[in-house]
Amino acid sequence: MSRRKKIDTKPAEGDMTAMIDMVFQLIAFFMVLINFSQDDQNAKITLPQSELAKPSEGPSEFPIVIHLDRDARVYMGANEGTVDSIRPLLGTEVAVLRSNKKEAKDGNIIIRAHREAAGGKVQDLIAKCQEMGFEKFALRVKEEENN
Amino acid sequence: MQLTSMIDVVFLLLIFFVMTFKIAAQEGDFSVKMPLQDAGGQPLEPDVDLPIKIRLKADVNGNLADIVVNDNQSFGQDFAKLRSFILQMTPGGVEGPTEDQGPEVELDLDYQLRYEYVIAAITSVTGYRQGDEIIRLVDRIKFAPPRKAP
Repeated sequence: MSRRKKIDTKPAEGDMTAMIDMVFQLIAFFMVLINFSQDDQNAKITLPQSELAKPSEGPSEFPIVIHLDRDARVYMGANEGTVDSIRPLLGTEVAVLRSNKKEAKDGNIIIRAHREAAGGKVQDLIAKCQEMGFEKFALRVKEEENN
Repeated sequence: MQLTSMIDVVFLLLIFFVMTFKIAAQEGDFSVKMPLQDAGGQPLEPDVDLPIKIRLKADVNGNLADIVVNDNQSFGQDFAKLRSFILQMTPGGVEGPTEDQGPEVELDLDYQLRYEYVIAAITSVTGYRQGDEIIRLVDRIKFAPPRKAP
């Protein structure tokens, strides 16, 4: 009687440990760097560059981000308008500040204006904000590319 | 051990993160002092020291035509000369002036002047980079009342 050789039918598996380690490291890297916040993003805005662009050391208190494109259209969150029609939008922000027991002067207006927008329009925008009681302004710029 | 499904999910996650990844340039802010003004255009709390007045003139296309300091010195379109002038006015330093110290700069610009020139002027008077350090010159910047649109 002949003896039949027992054959292992399990599929051969390579060692995946190193690959899985690498892939998890890549996922961790991208997870840490991903930024879901859309507040500071607007595809229509190309910020002017400055060699002194440096992120502020801490987050500003009650930031209100206003985008101004090259055609003088104003964007605040999901709302769009002109410099002259921004008053109601600012009024909403003032109401939010008051509900937090703060005043308009405690808010920080961050202006993200397109590099080719008219400087006078930026001044008009600041003037509208001043009329609503805002006092603190920050002009946002982008780091110079050759830095 | 059956790893196929886990590897599938992990690769999907990896592809998602790779596709949504965006390298954004670093952004920073310039603070601008804008005191409330009365009906006559005068600040409610006038400063004792007169600010350095920088007039930025524009051509019809919004490009910079001339930089005039204190109504008597013209630097053309050269922001480096403007920075040299500011450097003479202030010693500068890494610490830099505080909000209450140092000279104040008032920017007076033509309405149609492109915003990038305004930022270039603010950059020139605010300071300069020396290696990784930023040498600060002027920390008090404000705008003159806006000129009328052309």
